[in-house]
Amino acid sequence: MKRQVPLFITFFVGTLLIVSVFSPPIETLGEDFSVFFDIIAVFAFFLGGGNLLRVHLTKISRRKHDWAYSIVTLVGFVVMLWAGLFKVWNEGGIAASVTAEESLFGMIFNSVLIPLQSTMYSLLAFFIASASYRAFRAKNREATILLVAAFIILLGRTAFGTMLTAWMPSSLSAMEIPNLAIWIMNSPNLAGQRAILIGIGLGVVSMSLRIILGVERTYLGDDGK
Amino acid sequence: MIFDVPLLLLAAGSEATAGTYVSLLVIGLGLLALLYVSIKAIEVDRRVIFLFIFLSVSVPILFPITFEEQATPVVKRAFDHIENLPEGSRVLLSFDFDPAMAPEVQPMADAIMRHALAKNHKVIFMSLWATGQGLLDQTMRRILPVEFPDKIDGRDYVSVGYTAGNEGVLNVIVSDFKKMFPSDVNSVPLDSIEIFEGVSSCRDLDLVVTFGGGKPGAKEWVLFVGDRASVPVAVGVAAVVAPQMYPYFPDQVVGILGGIKGAAEYESELIKQYPQFAERGTPGLVMMGPQTLAHVVIIAFIVFGNVAYFVGRRREMKR
Repeated sequence: MKRQVPLFITFFVGTLLIVSVFSPPIETLGEDFSVFFDIIAVFAFFLGGGNLLRVHLTKISRRKHDWAYSIVTLVGFVVMLWAGLFKVWNEGGIAASVTAEESLFGMIFNSVLIPLQSTMYSLLAFFIASASYRAFRAKNREATILLVAAFIILLGRTAFGTMLTAWMPSSLSAMEIPNLAIWIMNSPNLAGQRAILIGIGLGVVSMSLRIILGVERTYLGDDGK
Repeated sequence: MIFDVPLLLLAAGSEATAGTYVSLLVIGLGLLALLYVSIKAIEVDRRVIFLFIFLSVSVPILFPITFEEQATPVVKRAFDHIENLPEGSRVLLSFDFDPAMAPEVQPMADAIMRHALAKNHKVIFMSLWATGQGLLDQTMRRILPVEFPDKIDGRDYVSVGYTAGNEGVLNVIVSDFKKMFPSDVNSVPLDSIEIFEGVSSCRDLDLVVTFGGGKPGAKEWVLFVGDRASVPVAVGVAAVVAPQMYPYFPDQVVGILGGIKGAAEYESELIKQYPQFAERGTPGLVMMGPQTLAHVVIIAFIVFGNVAYFVGRRREMKR
């Protein structure tokens, strides 16, 4: 029963939504279900928040590795929740935007979240450079093609690409680095991306059918057993 | 090539200072030393790579180097679309990004927002990302009162903010906007907002521009709104996502702004037509300096890596 009810709901809703696309009287059903999804998502927020509290409180109480960071997480979570829920220091009161400039939520967002997330993303540049040094090696034919393409794209995305081949006669303009970079994006990349997109599309259809028909049950947890 | 950098800067007519040349000389000499190390088949320590990336990014920030940009067809088409829309067209700008992506995407959002408002289009702002609303509010506060003081909230622009639901939001607003956004960000009902007169769904919009690089984002806007409602969609995305958008161009996406380069190209086109915005800052063009130098340094390291690899392999074969 514990497994059959969710399986039945999935089958019923999945089939209904497919049928609705082909049935004009109920064709807006998909939109109504999207609104229901939002209502369900609200409960997911509670579950997510509850789970976060449970995991980190357990970590703190058992003094697990790096438990002190859990205190930071919990304090951040509670303060942001309090600031956002009650619109603390918000000049416009409860009706105004949660991110109003003078609000506590807005202040924390601007002074903590933005610098932290920007810093994390900036660090990528260092790792990309290090990874490029180690990974882009002309070990075989395929790797060499990838290397050459990477060179052209890297140069094509800068003003140097234009400058380096500016001397070429107009009859050879197709060989200029920026034009080569555009060609790589518009031809080999496009072909590859289309193939991937078609593959993803087929995969989504196949997985959806498996879920609707109850073959795929991993979403039920415990590997669906 | 590395040592041609100052010469190339001169060729580009950039306003590089003495500090720029000294810094570039230091970076160039350092890279030459590393090339020598690579010829000896010695692997370069990752900390050295980190140092060079730090220098290549910080030098153009401390001593700005700017290059002239020419809009490529993918960017030019987005610009022309906004430029050619009749005045008063409804343009929706969706801020679907977080602070991590902001350095790449924010300059595009600024430029397109300025362009749309300068063309007197009616602009509707929204976000599919919770973090996007904060950045959206910040952008509006920074640009609207200073550059467009005559524009009125509700008449010329409106922000409906963020609502949860990801693709589900798009699935609904494609046929009924008010079902997902009953009021604007300040709890004013959409029915009483002038800009929404005659706008009941995304089908009534003249253009959607989405800024982002994650999910939900550009792809979802194309699949759930652009295709279904036949609304033109332009996208401004992080550089890593831009290649994924090319299959949709030019039929499903009217233009693609990819990374800082896309933002710089759009800015250059904008200041050509609207020179007043040149004084308001062109972060995309400014950031092309660090990007250019960082790319050159990465290319140099790829070369070093290959030199060290081939020299090492030859030595092994000799043994």
